[in-house]
Amino acid sequence: MSCVRTTSLLLVVLALAACGSDKRAGPAPSPDLLPFEGLEGTLDIAGGTAHIPVMEEAAKRIMTAFPRIRITVGGGGSGIGIQKVGEGLIDIGNAGRPVKAKEQAKFELTSYPFAIDGVAVVVHPSNSVRELTTQQARDAFAGKITNWKDLGGADAEIHLYGRDEASGTRAVFWKKLLAKGAVATSANVVKSNGAMKTAISKDEHGLGYMSIGRIDDTLAAVGLDGVAATQETATDGTYVVTRRLFMNTRGKPSELAQAFIDYIGSPEGRAIVAAQGYIPLATP
Amino acid sequence: MSPTSGRTRGERTAELLLAGAAAVSAAAVLGILVFLAILAAPAWQGAAHVFTWDWRPFHGHYGILPMVVGSLLLALTALLLALPVAIGIAAFAHGLGPRRLARIVLAAVHAMTGIPTIVYAFVSAMLLVPFVREVFVHGSGYSLLSAALVLSVLILPTIVLVVHAHWHSMGKELERTCAALGIPRGRAVLRVLLPLSRRGLLTAAVLGFARALGDTMIALLLSGNAAQVPGSALDGFRTLTAHIALVVATDTQDAAYASIFAAGLILLLVAAAASLTARRLGAGNGRTEAARAAPR
Repeated sequence: MSCVRTTSLLLVVLALAACGSDKRAGPAPSPDLLPFEGLEGTLDIAGGTAHIPVMEEAAKRIMTAFPRIRITVGGGGSGIGIQKVGEGLIDIGNAGRPVKAKEQAKFELTSYPFAIDGVAVVVHPSNSVRELTTQQARDAFAGKITNWKDLGGADAEIHLYGRDEASGTRAVFWKKLLAKGAVATSANVVKSNGAMKTAISKDEHGLGYMSIGRIDDTLAAVGLDGVAATQETATDGTYVVTRRLFMNTRGKPSELAQAFIDYIGSPEGRAIVAAQGYIPLATP
Repeated sequence: MSPTSGRTRGERTAELLLAGAAAVSAAAVLGILVFLAILAAPAWQGAAHVFTWDWRPFHGHYGILPMVVGSLLLALTALLLALPVAIGIAAFAHGLGPRRLARIVLAAVHAMTGIPTIVYAFVSAMLLVPFVREVFVHGSGYSLLSAALVLSVLILPTIVLVVHAHWHSMGKELERTCAALGIPRGRAVLRVLLPLSRRGLLTAAVLGFARALGDTMIALLLSGNAAQVPGSALDGFRTLTAHIALVVATDTQDAAYASIFAAGLILLLVAAAASLTARRLGAGNGRTEAARAAPR
C-alpha cells in the first residue's frame, strides 16, 4: 500500500513539476544535474523502504529541472527491489542488504552502495527505557524477557514488533544485533519502516526496530551498551548495527539510470542522503 | 435484415460468445490450479517441511500449518459473529420491523457491500486495535478478536443479502398462506420462514465463510501476522492470505517463497470446497423455490 501511495504522490509531484517548469525554464540547474541535459524517458525505481525519502527527493529535483524525464519511486522491500530489477520490470532496484549469492547467480546485478544506515531499537516516546545491553535486547526479542520492568521500565507487558521476511532492515538487525538468534514467534510482523513507525508511535509498550534515518520524534531510539543510536555514532563506527544501502541494476545501467546513480553520488546527491538521515558514501 | 432472422442470428452469436466466455473462465480456474500445483512442487518435495507447525524461515523451518489454523479460525469466528446478526437483520427487513425502516436498513446493507476492505482494515488499525489493547491489558491489540470483529462486519452484507434473496424467493405464496391462517407477519417469519429455510441459511453461511477466508487486508493489518496458533482471542496470528502478502516479497530462490504456492493451493481448494457445498445446498430440490435463492 505504501508503495502505491508513494507512487501516486509522486505522480502528482511530477505533474506539478512538469507544468511548473515549462513556464520558467529559466533557472539554471545545479552543476550536479547537468549530466541529465538532453536525456529523456522514464526511470522506474522500487524496493527497500528505507531508500524512499532519498529517491523521492532526488527524483523531484531531477524532474523539476528536466520535465522530459519521468521518475517513479515505489517501495515493496529489499527482496522486491532485487527481484523486480532482476526480471527487468524496473530500472533500479533498491535493497538495504547486499545481493545474495543465489540471487546474483540468477540475475547478474550490478550493485551501487551509496549510504550507511543504522538500525536502531525503537520504543514509544513515553517509555522510560532508553538504554539496553545487547544481551537484554536479544532476550527481549527472543521472548525470554516479557515485561518492561525487567528492562528497567514500567510494569507492563512488552509488545514485540518485527519486520517481514523480505525486509533488509530485519536482515541486518537479526544478523548484527541478534547474532542470528531466535525471535519470538509471537512478535507482530509489519511490512515497512513506515508501518513500524506507525505501530510503535501508537503503542506505549511496543518494542521494535527500524532504520535510524527514518526515526523522528514520534518514537525514541534506544542506545545499546552505552552507545546512543544516532547518525554520528553510526558514522564513527561505535554503533555497530549498521548496513549499507544499495541501488542495483541488471547488467550495465541505461544512460538515464547511470546519470541517476552518479547524481546520488554527487555532492548534491550526498547532501540529500545526509538530509534524510543517512550517512552518504564517497562514490556509489 | 429481417427482425426474426436477425434475432436468431443475434441469439446464436450471443450463445457462442457466452459459451466462449464460460470456457475461458473455466480454463482460467483450471489453469490456476495446475499452475499452483506445479509451482508449489518444491514445497511438495519438502512436504514434510511445509506441513509442520514451525515457521522460522531463517532457521530452516517452513511450516505453514499455523497459518492454515489461523485462516480457518478467523473465518469461522467471523462467521459465528456475523451469522446471528445477519439473520436478525434479514428477519427485521422481512417482517419483524416496520416496513419503512426495513427499507432503510436494506439500503444500508447494500451500501456496505461497496466499502473496500482496506478502509475497514485501516480505520480499525487506528481505532479498534488501541482500544482492544487498552481494554484487555493483555496483548498488543493485534489479535484474533480485532480481526474477527472487523471481518464479521465485512461479511455481514453478503449473508444478509443471500438470506434476504432466499426468503424473497420463498415468496408470496407462503406469505398469503400464513396470512390466511391468521398468523401475524412477525410470527410467520420466526415460526414458518426461519424453520423452512435451513438450506438457504447454510448457503448464506458458506458464502460468508468463503468471503472471510479470502480476505487479505483485514488479516494483514489487524492480526499481527505472528506465525503461531493463537492461544487466546487476544493473541496475534497469521492467515494464509496475509502469509502470501508478506512472503511474496522475498527472493524467489528461497524455500520460503515456495511455501506461498502451497498456501495459495490450500486456499483455493478450501474456497472451491465451500463454493461446491454452497451450490449443492442451493440447487437441492426442496419444496420451496430454494433453487432461485442461490445467486451463483
